Amino acid sequence: MNSVFDSVAERKNEILKKALGIDYSEFELPGVAFDYEGMMGKIGYTLDEIRSIQAETNIGNTPMLELRNLTAAARALAGPGKGARIFVKDEATNPSGSFKARRAAMSCHYAQQRGYAGVIAASSGNYGAAVASQANMRNLKAIIVQELFDSHHVGQPEILEKGRICEAFGAEVVQLTVGPELFIEFLRLLDETSYCSASLYSPFAIAGIETLGYEIADQVRSMCNRDPDAVVITNAGGGNLTGTARGLEKAGCTNTKVIAASVDITGLHMASDKAFNRKSFTTGHTGFGMPFSTWPDRTDVPRNAARSLRYTDRYVTVTQGEVFYMTEALAQIEGLERGPAGNTSLTAAFSLAQEMDRDQVIVVQETEYTGAGKHVTAQLSFAREKLGINVRRGNPKEQIPGENIIIPEGPELVKAQNVDLDDLKRSYCKNILKMNNMSKEQLTEADIQFIAEDTKSTKEHIKKLFVL
Amino acid sequence: MDEKIIKKGSWVQIHYIVLQPSERADNVPQDTKQVPLELWVKGYLDNDAPIGSNVTITTMTDRKVQGTLVSQNPPYTHTFGRQIPELLSVGKELHALISKAGEKA
Repeated sequence: MNSVFDSVAERKNEILKKALGIDYSEFELPGVAFDYEGMMGKIGYTLDEIRSIQAETNIGNTPMLELRNLTAAARALAGPGKGARIFVKDEATNPSGSFKARRAAMSCHYAQQRGYAGVIAASSGNYGAAVASQANMRNLKAIIVQELFDSHHVGQPEILEKGRICEAFGAEVVQLTVGPELFIEFLRLLDETSYCSASLYSPFAIAGIETLGYEIADQVRSMCNRDPDAVVITNAGGGNLTGTARGLEKAGCTNTKVIAASVDITGLHMASDKAFNRKSFTTGHTGFGMPFSTWPDRTDVPRNAARSLRYTDRYVTVTQGEVFYMTEALAQIEGLERGPAGNTSLTAAFSLAQEMDRDQVIVVQETEYTGAGKHVTAQLSFAREKLGINVRRGNPKEQIPGENIIIPEGPELVKAQNVDLDDLKRSYCKNILKMNNMSKEQLTEADIQFIAEDTKSTKEHIKKLFVL
Repeated sequence: MDEKIIKKGSWVQIHYIVLQPSERADNVPQDTKQVPLELWVKGYLDNDAPIGSNVTITTMTDRKVQGTLVSQNPPYTHTFGRQIPELLSVGKELHALISKAGEKA
């Protein structure tokens, strides 16, 4: 790279430490392990404190809505006695239009308490809007760094909208073409401004989502007299799932299944200039979900507090066309215009409800706002007219991401596909060895214990999977 | 170069190249490596200048940034797009399914 970027990259650890003020080294343990719960405990906020911090900026206590028509449609397709009640947590009603406000609230509160003059977030999505919104409520300056354009200066419509909303909240928006060097520009800005890094992956950002899990437990108990049987969570970087699962755990939902759902965009490279605009989803997809599940510590913090495999009971994928179909279904039979990216979990839930009993409850854990650029019509028009992607009704199984988008011919074709969790756990193990530059023979019992906890497994299972 | 002079204090957008293709990171795909990393940012223009000239702006966070002046009061161009005929009938199809099965919402 060039001299400015090289010097910034060399000082990465120093810059990040100053910009977050957390010394992660105290949580490191011998071998590959670190003290995850110790790190989460050290954030110093109880669930009640998080609630009161979030209440200061009008976050949380979002409505839990029963989707009666979608439940009826799922039951019409399911076998006798099957078809769980489908509920959705309407997170779009948070101030900036998504659950990300819960995360941003904690980052901005932290920055304010520590006396930083501003915050910087690298986000092309709802988190940028959330940080911009929360920062102005706390009188902090905000810079949002976006990856937005391809080399022909064509912007992804959804990210153009995110840029607009960040500016509407008074933030400075720095917009870049495709490339992972965005991270170096982010570091350079932290270095120039001495602002706080509003990382998505700090312990307090993740703790901010625990209230969402806790509210789900409370609301389902009071509306249905039972715990939720399954909670379906759109999975990208893993924070949404981690925080929600921790909140459910804190509410005592020991039998609730935590199900991850991602949009399948297999084959589209994340850092490719040509592939960039061929994705019709900017988040909630496998391009984030898979790498982050199998190697969480790839972020802007030394140890990522978002560790989805630690909490995942099941992982499913759905196609772009299926999510667009269900987004339209949500609008046309439930009267709720949301998403589409946030409706990944809705799409999976519609399919999974058909496997469950009628008296069971499945919760779609979020919605997000919609608007120009984000909307289904905006995304499909862009794909069809600008990129020549073939949009048609048919069988979603025939999808080739980046080549076509197949809207299911009927609701019976909306089918969540299982991801083999053991495959992900094997990848996780391989990555741990690679990142620590060691062979599997060098793993100690304590290392294997950590890997087991970090992948919701037993030591025996890890040994079997990894032939130890 | 556009002859129109943009007045000092106007709200403008600037552009500059952050990394030339030869300076791109080792780990980027080939197609990305062939193009520069470019940046756009908005702010208040520090001095009168025509479009296309090298200028300094003061951003919303009071940073001073230099680059090529590209536009004044840049418009938001994203829209809701066209209607998508493939999606228009989704609600009707689902309502029909529900009544045929005799399910009560």
